[in-house]
Amino acid sequence: MADVMLTKAHTAEAPASVGDFVALLKPRVMSLVIFTALVGMVLAPQPIHPVLAVAALLCIAVGAGASAALNMWYDADIDAVMARTKGRPIPQGRIAAEDALGFGLILSAASIASLGVLVNWMAAGLLAFTIFFYAVIYTMALKRRTAQNIVIGGAAGALPPVIGWASVTGSIELAPLSLFAIIFLWTPPHFWALALAKSDDYARAGIPMLPVTDGVRATQDQIVRYSLLLVPATFLPVPLHIAGLPYLLLAALLGVAFLVLSLRLAAIPEKSPALPREGMKFFAFSILYLFALFAALLIERIVGVPAL
Amino acid sequence: MKQEFTPLTQEQAKARRGRNIALAFVLGGLVILFFVVTIVRLGGHVADRPF
Repeated sequence: MADVMLTKAHTAEAPASVGDFVALLKPRVMSLVIFTALVGMVLAPQPIHPVLAVAALLCIAVGAGASAALNMWYDADIDAVMARTKGRPIPQGRIAAEDALGFGLILSAASIASLGVLVNWMAAGLLAFTIFFYAVIYTMALKRRTAQNIVIGGAAGALPPVIGWASVTGSIELAPLSLFAIIFLWTPPHFWALALAKSDDYARAGIPMLPVTDGVRATQDQIVRYSLLLVPATFLPVPLHIAGLPYLLLAALLGVAFLVLSLRLAAIPEKSPALPREGMKFFAFSILYLFALFAALLIERIVGVPAL
Repeated sequence: MKQEFTPLTQEQAKARRGRNIALAFVLGGLVILFFVVTIVRLGGHVADRPF
């Protein structure tokens, strides 16, 4: 990449800009990772020096970005087929696949080592596990093989608040694991709603998403089932003493809304032309739902609302 | 083995300059980060220790 001359085989049609490398990190996913890790950090029972907090968040964010780059390296073939992802830098030919691999590996190693040296090795170990889980277990082993891909793979996305907590305490406890449980159970209904809307896209790419393998009806049922698991799980932070009364009320209110909307989505006939639109609506609501719950925990702690 | 080279186009040279500048900022940022964290970890009155 940085040689004086480029060999012929390596000359890309359109040269890679800094923005292309930033795109490899999936910045929007990264922002959600930073946010949930911050919540885990703030909820921990002891303070952390602000400089260490910034360093930890930076390492966690770069680690998440690294796993995204590895995902884009491995999935370049299917990304090129799907409308949602064909504009990514590798399918567009702006970054060579092996450059994305190198970029992802170097950032993985750098973020894990930096988190270990600067903050602590428990957090670094969890970050390493998260990157491995997302890039190897989810992307390479599960995504193309089973409709349970996002159920199991969701563990990677659910770990950042645990890493945030461990950055402060150096340990794993039940309280951050309740946040893990919330994101873990939230992931399937969230992605299945998207899959309902984009099932043609997934079918064309040959990814065994639930609407493709088991049909729309089964997907709608599974969304309701996971919603029934998710909503009770959102109350777990209360008995674990990291949430107060406002959170409890919000979780109850939003929980009812989540269940009602999942039932309404499930009631839509299989062939209805409204299904993709309603799927996208539920997908959008699910993002708002998770964000609101975590924001409530964060604000409670900042304002000083006592935990129940 | 003799490798074949082609000179960079203007667009490629510009993109590479952008990447190099970004890399310089990242490396500079890392140096600052490690320095500041070191100071924080050592705590106050670092310079007051007897040698």
